[in-house]
Amino acid sequence: MGNPIFQPSHFTAVVLFALFASTVFGITMRETPRNMLRYGIYCFALFVAAAITLSWLMYFIAR
Amino acid sequence: MRYSQKGMATEENKKTTTKANSQPASQQGFVYLPLIAGWLVPGGGHFLLRKWGRGALLAASILGMFVLGLAMQGKVYAGAHDILDILGLAGDLGNGLPYFISRMLGLGDVQVQVTTADWGTRFIVVAGLLNIIAAVDAHNLRTGRKS
Repeated sequence: MGNPIFQPSHFTAVVLFALFASTVFGITMRETPRNMLRYGIYCFALFVAAAITLSWLMYFIAR
Repeated sequence: MRYSQKGMATEENKKTTTKANSQPASQQGFVYLPLIAGWLVPGGGHFLLRKWGRGALLAASILGMFVLGLAMQGKVYAGAHDILDILGLAGDLGNGLPYFISRMLGLGDVQVQVTTADWGTRFIVVAGLLNIIAAVDAHNLRTGRKS
């Protein structure tokens, strides 16, 4: 078994995950295109912010 | 004299008939078709309802996540040996045809040995769960619960 074709950093994986999930959330949870975009950006920001906050929290707990 | 006017060509019945016939083609036919199409093909339910933009974005997101998961050497669950495997398999099945195609081609039939592969496995499971949300959204559009 060789190496994976795609080997992102942990942060890149988080950003990609947030991007895809936010797109689906935005489209399915709101009705108008404007609200879809706003909700998508909101979800994306929350995903990334939560990941960064939890990462720093775990960093300090591990020390 | 009292009698039923049901089915007669009264003004009221004519209006009802005209209203029913004026429904767009996408709103006619089997009510669960967008749900099933959306499950089998990511974004398919929205395409069926002529929501091209939404369908394309959903397809790109879900298929993108699925393909990146495979590219990260993520595991595609084939059977269920314990409770976590059952949950993983349920998530993977949400992908519809991409899941069955990847199984037929033997993709994702690996042992998770590197961290990237573990993320890939999660990507594939979450793509399936997102696809279920998208399929239900297509069903809601079809039934008129959402516009």
